[in-house]
Amino acid sequence: MWRDAALVAGRDLRVEARSRVTLHQVAPFALLVLVLFAFALDPARQVLERATPGLYWVTVLFSALLAVARSAALDESGGVRDALRLSALEPAGVFAGKALAVAAELLALEVLLGAGVIVLYGAEPAGVGLLLATCLAATVAVAATGTLYGALVSGLRVRETLLPLLLLPVLAPVLIGATRAFEAALAGVPADGWPWCGLLAVFAILYSVAGAAAYGTLLEGS
Amino acid sequence: MEPVVHLRATVALLGRFPALAGIDLDVVRGEIVLLRGPNGAGKTTLLRVLAGLIPPVRGEAVVLGHRLPDEARAVRRRVGLLGADGALFEDLTAADNVTFWGRACRAGEADITAALDLVGLGGRLRDIRVSKLSTGQRRRASLACLLARRPELWLLDEPHAGLDNEARDLLDGLLHQAVDQGATVVLSSHELDRAEALSDRVVTLVAGTTTRSSVPPSESEGSRTPERTGVSHVA
Repeated sequence: MWRDAALVAGRDLRVEARSRVTLHQVAPFALLVLVLFAFALDPARQVLERATPGLYWVTVLFSALLAVARSAALDESGGVRDALRLSALEPAGVFAGKALAVAAELLALEVLLGAGVIVLYGAEPAGVGLLLATCLAATVAVAATGTLYGALVSGLRVRETLLPLLLLPVLAPVLIGATRAFEAALAGVPADGWPWCGLLAVFAILYSVAGAAAYGTLLEGS
Repeated sequence: MEPVVHLRATVALLGRFPALAGIDLDVVRGEIVLLRGPNGAGKTTLLRVLAGLIPPVRGEAVVLGHRLPDEARAVRRRVGLLGADGALFEDLTAADNVTFWGRACRAGEADITAALDLVGLGGRLRDIRVSKLSTGQRRRASLACLLARRPELWLLDEPHAGLDNEARDLLDGLLHQAVDQGATVVLSSHELDRAEALSDRVVTLVAGTTTRSSVPPSESEGSRTPERTGVSHVA
């Protein structure tokens, strides 16, 4: 399964590297959202500083929608879907590969956005261990859930609008958990944030397992 | 003669519509069978049923010794389908595409390289993105993906479409070569002259049923290779 995952992740990342959609469109979009939040809340600087963790993760989720939609579109055409079904690839491996590729793109975006909130919002990094663990758990959770829901809406005519409608409510616990963990880290009380990080890890594991189990059925059905 | 395809009164649905309404078909190993018929006759659906992608809902369907739909996964590992859509990623090169699909089907590096060379994409063209290739070159890349997996049963939907004469000759040569190595071919085509010349037998479909099976004129006139004349097997 992991060999298949590496093959699929390599393909998805190669497509992204060649098309440069993440670099030229998703990353600028994410930075633009940060800038717009800064414009909206800049007069109340204290509000902006207090809201930094939430704004950061809202921006990550918006960007994740684009990355997930791109990832799902790669396997959308009838020919690719048929070829996947005819291949020897394990559906769980395909799911894992696609989720890994989305996670890699999101992690790169999170680094960029991290620099963005330091420059634009004046955030001062603290509790780096908790910040990194939260990023990792939340990213896996978002990537696994997004890949699963991307496959769920694949083949539907209304998939572009349906994906955010389905995905954002499901990801609300990730937004809450990651925001609380970041707040605790930036406030210098990381002990308060680790339980939230644990919640994110549980969410990530649940959706990774569910996605790996359901992906074959979704591939057949869509 | 080893049976590769055995269908009896096979019914398959597209949604609720019976795209195949009772197909009878037998194909033995080493045959090249042409499916002929008007648009909507069920040719593409039949090819997808044989690939294990659409489950038959009634009748009997056995492909490569596996009963459909229960053993569809086993069938899928052993067939190759060249569809009208293609399965190429526009932002990747021809070599990237063939390598991905080859590895996805557990093909070795040697098979992948050989497949690219055989379709004429082994040189400069291998590193050009698919989005920059012509229709014919894309078709060659799709064919290379199929070649790399070395299927036992080739299922080709309009394989000559978009190809120039040189590429069509190449395709026909590759199919003969595959058959000589023990493969079986079922294809659909609207380019009847070329497809009939290639085939051992023609099966006509109308409204989702097989109406008749015949030896193509070129075959009956003795223009085909002696070892393949006479293998025609009427369902």
